[in-house]
Amino acid sequence: MTPTDSANLVARRWFLQQCGFGIGAAAAAHLAAGEAGGAVRAPHYARKARSVIFLFQAGGPSHLELFDYKPELARFDGSLPPTEMLEGYRAAFIDPNSKLLGPKYGFRKAGRCGFEISELLPHVATVVDDVAFVRSTVTDAFNHAPAQLLMSTGAQQFGRPSMGAWVTYGLGSESEDLPGFIVLNSSDSGPSAGTAIWGSGFLPTVYQGVPFRSGGDPVLFLSNPPGFTERLQRDTLDAINGMNRLEYERTGDPEIETRIRSFELAFRMQSAAPDLMDLSSEPRETLDLYGAEPGRASFASNCLLARRLVEKGVRFVQLYHEAWDHHANLTKGIRDVARDVDQGSAALIKDLKRRGMLDETLVIWGGEFGRTPMTQDTNGIGDGRDHHPGAFTTWLAGAGIRPGFTLGRTDDLGFKSVEDQVHVHDLHATVLHLLGFDHTKLTYRSQGRDFRLTDVHGKVVRKLLA
Amino acid sequence: MLSGYGRTWFWACAAALAGALPAAHAQLPFESRVFPILRESCFECHGPQQRMRGLRLDARAAVVGDDAPAGLLVPGQPERSELYRRVAGLSDGPRMPMGGQLSPAQIDAIREWIENGARWPAGVGPEPTAPARHWAFAAPLRPSLRSGESGHPIDTFVRARLRQAGLEPMPRAGDATLLRRLSLDLTGLPPSLDELDSFMADRDFDRLADRLLSSPHYGERWGRLWLDAARYADSDGYEKDMPRQVWFYRDWVVDALNRDMPYDRFVVEQIAGDLLPGATQAHQIATGYLRNSMVNEEGGTDPEQFRMEALFDRMDAIGKGILGLTVQCAQCHSHKYDPFTHEDYYRLFAFLNSADEAKVAVYTEEDRIRRDSVFDGIRAIEDGLMRDSPDWASHMEAWEESVRGGQPRWTVLALEVDDLSTGGQRYLPQPDGSLLAQGYAPTEHVAKLVARTDLPEVTAIRLEVLTDPNLPLGGPGRSVYGSGALSEVRVEAAPAGSPEDTREVWIRTATADIDLPERELDPAVFPHKEGFVRRAGPVEFAIDGCTDSAWDLFAGHGRSNQPRKAVFVLDRPVRHPDGSLLTVYLDQSHGGYDSNVGQNNNLGRIRLAVTDAPDPVADPLPARVREIVELGSASRSRSATREVFRYWRTTVPAWSEANRLIDEHWSRYPQGQTQLVLAERPAPRDTHVLRRGDFLEPGERVDAGVPGFLHELPEGAPRSRLAFAEWLVDRRSPTAARAIVNRIWQAYFGTGLVATPEDFGTQGESPSHPQLLDWLAVEFMDAGWSLKHLHRLIVTSETYRQSARQTERARAVDPDNRLLSRGPRHRADAEIVRDIALAASGLLSRRVGGPPVHPPAPELLFKPPISFSEKPWPSSEGGDRYRRGLYTFQYISAPYPAFETFDAPNGATACVRRSRSNTPLQALTTLNEDLFVEAARSLGRRTVAEAAGDEARLAHAFRLCLSREPRPEEASLFRGLLANTRAQLAEGDLDPWQIAVADPEDGARPDAAAAWTVVARALLNLDETISKQ
Repeated sequence: MTPTDSANLVARRWFLQQCGFGIGAAAAAHLAAGEAGGAVRAPHYARKARSVIFLFQAGGPSHLELFDYKPELARFDGSLPPTEMLEGYRAAFIDPNSKLLGPKYGFRKAGRCGFEISELLPHVATVVDDVAFVRSTVTDAFNHAPAQLLMSTGAQQFGRPSMGAWVTYGLGSESEDLPGFIVLNSSDSGPSAGTAIWGSGFLPTVYQGVPFRSGGDPVLFLSNPPGFTERLQRDTLDAINGMNRLEYERTGDPEIETRIRSFELAFRMQSAAPDLMDLSSEPRETLDLYGAEPGRASFASNCLLARRLVEKGVRFVQLYHEAWDHHANLTKGIRDVARDVDQGSAALIKDLKRRGMLDETLVIWGGEFGRTPMTQDTNGIGDGRDHHPGAFTTWLAGAGIRPGFTLGRTDDLGFKSVEDQVHVHDLHATVLHLLGFDHTKLTYRSQGRDFRLTDVHGKVVRKLLA
Repeated sequence: MLSGYGRTWFWACAAALAGALPAAHAQLPFESRVFPILRESCFECHGPQQRMRGLRLDARAAVVGDDAPAGLLVPGQPERSELYRRVAGLSDGPRMPMGGQLSPAQIDAIREWIENGARWPAGVGPEPTAPARHWAFAAPLRPSLRSGESGHPIDTFVRARLRQAGLEPMPRAGDATLLRRLSLDLTGLPPSLDELDSFMADRDFDRLADRLLSSPHYGERWGRLWLDAARYADSDGYEKDMPRQVWFYRDWVVDALNRDMPYDRFVVEQIAGDLLPGATQAHQIATGYLRNSMVNEEGGTDPEQFRMEALFDRMDAIGKGILGLTVQCAQCHSHKYDPFTHEDYYRLFAFLNSADEAKVAVYTEEDRIRRDSVFDGIRAIEDGLMRDSPDWASHMEAWEESVRGGQPRWTVLALEVDDLSTGGQRYLPQPDGSLLAQGYAPTEHVAKLVARTDLPEVTAIRLEVLTDPNLPLGGPGRSVYGSGALSEVRVEAAPAGSPEDTREVWIRTATADIDLPERELDPAVFPHKEGFVRRAGPVEFAIDGCTDSAWDLFAGHGRSNQPRKAVFVLDRPVRHPDGSLLTVYLDQSHGGYDSNVGQNNNLGRIRLAVTDAPDPVADPLPARVREIVELGSASRSRSATREVFRYWRTTVPAWSEANRLIDEHWSRYPQGQTQLVLAERPAPRDTHVLRRGDFLEPGERVDAGVPGFLHELPEGAPRSRLAFAEWLVDRRSPTAARAIVNRIWQAYFGTGLVATPEDFGTQGESPSHPQLLDWLAVEFMDAGWSLKHLHRLIVTSETYRQSARQTERARAVDPDNRLLSRGPRHRADAEIVRDIALAASGLLSRRVGGPPVHPPAPELLFKPPISFSEKPWPSSEGGDRYRRGLYTFQYISAPYPAFETFDAPNGATACVRRSRSNTPLQALTTLNEDLFVEAARSLGRRTVAEAAGDEARLAHAFRLCLSREPRPEEASLFRGLLANTRAQLAEGDLDPWQIAVADPEDGARPDAAAAWTVVARALLNLDETISKQ
């Protein structure tokens, strides 16, 4: 090996460690094999999923109006819940001993699997045979910020890496000109837990989610300043990189090589990202499938963008739609939000499937917690439900997930998950499993401890696997 | 489970049996028969990784040796050995192993082993290291330097290590390089051209170090790193992430470092400044360190849960930042690797658990002077009154006599709160019968309070609105001023036995000890969506049947934070022979419209009482004056006398003019700023071990104390927060000095001598130069914990002054420079990357301290959907637009993007080691972000103005950015860029007015400014420019 080779190797390894961009897992593994001590991770076993799209329904959608029909709850509408049910129960706002509230909408059986689904989700009803519903999801937290953190990072506290960061850390990105972990938001407000839910925690910041926006620059500072043309930008970059190369020759610091690559990638992103965010190149039929409109930000547009990003090799796409916190005006509120997300969610499954991408793309749909079967009687109207960590529905599709399957059961009032309980940690373990990782082994050392997405918990939910 | 077996008894039996045992018959040895069973079935939970219930079964000493729990094994008697009873299912406790059973053959093997004496030969299984032997748990001793070694001690240690590795140190870096390195390290700013010239003239390195160490920017640079560890932010985190004023604490840190406050004192003031004798405002502000924890005021939160979260955060910050130990694990269970137990954690926790979460008014020097002049003015007028009426004391005595006693008897009501009525706010019951409002603060709600009274007749209800340290400025309200307003009060009553007979009770009159003139509610503080005018004023407004008008508690700055009371006389007394059920509705709708930015105007701490006295009125005397008056005037202190006088004078009609003048003085009282601080409670809280760290699962009660594996508290030390603070930085502490010395080393060299600055425990990395670390730690303490001394030591070493060039050999043997075979080279910290651009371009404002600023930032970051709620970001103008990064307003949930991209921590948790990434987003930031582009334009203009001719201009710009002139090949690169740019300008492909931002009407085309802006932008983006080397 010549000195220059060795320098290049150091620089490349540096780049791999530092930079979640542009390096596929195969290339990473190849390099790692040739280099002792390379910190690049390789999957622990054959993976099913290549990428993940998480449709995060923030605010806590009511499972009782959407996925978990409870005739008994309808029957006891207006009566007090059984006292033994409430033993030791803490609620966020309500006195737990509040009257039961029957489901506000009807349900019907859908698909060959016969999943009973709300009339509010006519589009999702057409894809139930591709989906596995987990009616028995549970979490530990009942305030938004901690619960969103738990669902996104595996811990209620700030400071842990998000699932997308872990996955990108584990697998790198396959995209030449885009970040490996991209975040899209379609609601009126940002998530309660802030940017921490796509943060990299103690992982290098290169693994944090990069929010792409549908209006203006998709990435902050992507456009050249006014007056600076693309050609001028190229000339400028050539001067910068030329100077950096001279500096590298003088000092031998491999970090400078990484800097040169970062500037080149930045330049490529400047043209790639706006193209990608521009939906006008999509055929009418596809736009209609999603209910998306070029230039109009919506959950549906973001679903279509998610597909485009995954097509480009982006590893993890997280959509946020924070709109489900129906303490009051549940009847109207949930109908409106369901209408906003129903078609896009279903279209994403259909579109991925017909393109042959569903086999390699894991789609997750769910919020941070469910809602109480008891009513939250704001202003004496009684048309709302409080936060509820004890049971809610999450659904998954694609990449090794058992299609047309329903896991778990809640009790007759939809209060408690009573069969095949799936904790958030279990969900995380399963996602990592599908990506080829043993969740107990994908670790990162920080503060003298090997941290995991699943902390010290989590079991792969085998029943969910195809 | 094992406690039923006495240890003594166990040993007695074991000794008795030892001789009586049958000789071992032919059997497989322990290591191949029993040990494998333990390994496969038990070690997972009772082994090296985990010691559930404190039991480990992998180590001889822990099973059959001195560390064995009593009753675990009774040699010869398996049925009395808990180990056997558990695996055989004979015990009352759960059968082991959990979730499975041993096979009968395995159980037999264990039985036989015990029958045969439970012998465990030495050498089988690990010998656990005694924790005391871990290097970092023994106090550092000064290593002796070998005699004959001359030169700088740092170099002696470093070179010894280099020699072992067969490496030579690098020669000294060039003088200009060193100047830039030292300037960036000590002040976070590149040298100015004057500084460059003057240093190159004398090249006196010691004088340079002295100059930089006495620069006010030294405190800014090193303060920023301490603020990382102190998780400083200007907002309170979680969902709402509301702005909060804590910048006095930030300035306190900068100032303390500039004054070279000894580090031990620096820590003591931050942990317990409020408890120091004669504590000043500055001492109190220092405790902001602990109060930097986030606050969750999301609707529906349990305040106690998040008080606990804040305490966990404080423990974490102290652990990482001061102790250099990771203590977080022990929040839920005993530390798996270090000897730090679950109980140890809560014993330390107990030191911090007895403080209130206070928010006090603080004053700048200017405010303080004004405040003093208000006090002096008032006192002078009062002294004048006393002087002019020499018999005032007897008049006051007569007045006191007239008002003493005669107060109706009030019975405090035990209130039940209807949780649904509070809009998510929590009313926490206090021992005195009051309710303290905490958690989410809605801007509108009608609290429904229900109470039973045994009084057969109730004529009136008294509402007290009380102060509390946990309220803003001490209350009595929850508004930003610690004030509040009562929009309306309504009362219902029913016979105690028949709640269904509830009826409305009308209120006839209302009196209060504060009746302010009617005014419009300040729309700046409490903006209202609909825009209609809301009024505040006398107590009648609370019973006027109109919720647009409210009883107002805000009497102006300086006079509002005191307890208030109102008495509401019922139109007709409620009479029920067996007592009544009273429902009181307190309508609090005088906030603004946005609870996400703290616009509430709620009552903070309330207490209700009833009486059967006819026609009572609210006692006009303030509570404290009433107390003094009732005690009688004998042996009254001067200050108490003054307090009574202060009220009494307001009642003397002849003094109305003096009273008016005094009110005028009050109106000049400065609003001041606020600062979060700790305030010790009069009575300590009980601390319990929390199972799994869950505040709902308190275990046994523990007293404050320190872990056994660290140094002890001094004999007879009180169990106070102050004693704890002093213990943290005790000379005998094994980690305190090492931890801070190591972090400072890390800032210079990129990696600490211990690469895990947050963890000096057994899982942390071993030091690369243990002797050097200890020598520095001891030297630091011997020099009176002087940080400036430590800095001077480091920067005067040859190790620090080496060239940063990497040789082939060094790269192979020492790739990460852990052996210090070359000088440090790394990208500057986030804020400094930007400070460099601002300084080189001449835009930088060097003002030190003051409120945080809002430089240009994409507005969308502070608005939904990016932000949870709309966050204020009033763009700063003038010099404040170009302040150092340290002063940029820091929202935890919406970090300033240029800093976030360059790895600045967001202030959510303590950070003692920033990562140093290198990404395309950083390239986009320095190329395209507004302020960086502004800096490029300014540097371009400056270059054109300050030098003439391409060559001189390029040299000038280079010197501004890099403190050096271009080399020929570099100059040729830039000549190429200039030529290309000029050609494009000439061809009309570029618009010079846009690039240089000049006014097209303003004469000649700004081609030169545009071309040099392009050059400047390239220069500001160089790796060398944003790096320290």
